Amino acid sequence: MTDAATLFGLCSALLVGVGVYALIVNPQPLRKLVAFNVVGSGVFLLFGAIARRGAGAGWGGDPVPQALLITGLVVAFCASALAIALLLRLFAESGDASLAPDPIPSADAAAEDH
Amino acid sequence: MMLALDLTLAALVVVLALWTVVARQTFSAVVGFVAYGLVLALVWVRLQAVDVALTEAALGSGLTGALLLAAATRLRKTESPARLERPSRLIHSVAALVAAGVTAALAIAVLTLPNPAPTLAPDTAANIESTGVHNPLTAVLLAFRAMDTLLEAIVVLFALIGVWSLAPDRAWGGRSGPHHPLDPDGILAFLTRLLTPIGIIVAMYIFWIGADDPGGKFQGAALLAAMWLLTLYAGISDAPRTHGWGLRLALVAGPAVFIAIGFAGVITAGAFLGYPEGLAKPLIVVIEWALFPSLAVALALIVAGVPERDGIPGRDGS
Repeated sequence: MTDAATLFGLCSALLVGVGVYALIVNPQPLRKLVAFNVVGSGVFLLFGAIARRGAGAGWGGDPVPQALLITGLVVAFCASALAIALLLRLFAESGDASLAPDPIPSADAAAEDH
Repeated sequence: MMLALDLTLAALVVVLALWTVVARQTFSAVVGFVAYGLVLALVWVRLQAVDVALTEAALGSGLTGALLLAAATRLRKTESPARLERPSRLIHSVAALVAAGVTAALAIAVLTLPNPAPTLAPDTAANIESTGVHNPLTAVLLAFRAMDTLLEAIVVLFALIGVWSLAPDRAWGGRSGPHHPLDPDGILAFLTRLLTPIGIIVAMYIFWIGADDPGGKFQGAALLAAMWLLTLYAGISDAPRTHGWGLRLALVAGPAVFIAIGFAGVITAGAFLGYPEGLAKPLIVVIEWALFPSLAVALALIVAGVPERDGIPGRDGS
């Protein structure tokens, strides 16, 4: 019982690490967003492993953190959706979706936003 | 045997996460992310969190995946210029160091978690009778921590308002996303006609059993939203105009009922969101029925995206 919780707890640590690396290294905003979601799911998985350790009263896990996880997943979805909408709007305005201060294919419109 | 399964799942999840990082095309990375979410849903089952597994599959992998795939397709032509801005070797090393540090810290935290683990399961079990529902997650979401759920429903609404407010002037109040022409003999139209009725029944079932078994309004609403989106993408129906009063009423109805019952609790039970003795179950059912359609519409329109056409005339260039 504790085995699965520990195993997936360690797995979540790896996921957060992979996500943090990708978040820093990849310049494309959409890839950063995917990386951020990987970090988020790693954090959720860690929380889920902790919920599993709190099993009791005949349930396979502590229902309070599990319920908070559902809330967390919904809020993460909302945040991602808003980020994507902003990104697509930036692309529609400037024809570019770069976060670089001086993007390579000249995007003066993007610079005006700052 | 079960350990082998767990190890396989854990390895698969990590490999798929790595794939989202190393894949050259953003589109392939996003497809990897969808697969990652589905395997993660299996991990949730192994962690005895079936409700979370359903949410992960429907929202984390499904709807988020649909959003990311659509965005990756639209941003495809920014890919090759973006490849030129490659971070330096120094940034790569620092990022690897930071990532390794975070992973190590978390791993140590996991290995040194207190034993026995603190848990609220016995408290939940002791009080679940008073709510009348049998799924402990539903009891937590709609009775013990109903405030979280209320705020969450409002966050969904705010996200939709945020998405809508990004509309350009010419499309203000118009229809979300691009128009998808209908191909009456196409495979997408055929599949949509075949799958949508089944999906709606499954969504209703997941919603209905939520009181006693894994399931609930968020999972059901996400599935219902997916079915609506399928008909939008196939061109069978079109997104509604965002300035319509009927639509706005449908969106606000769920949270409004929730808030009204919350304030009624101040009078009848002495606390915001308190339920009077014996009425907890019927009130929870009313809240769930009110939230379910509102959430489904909101989630679908969030994925459908920023209004892009058929705006209110006279708004542009004035």
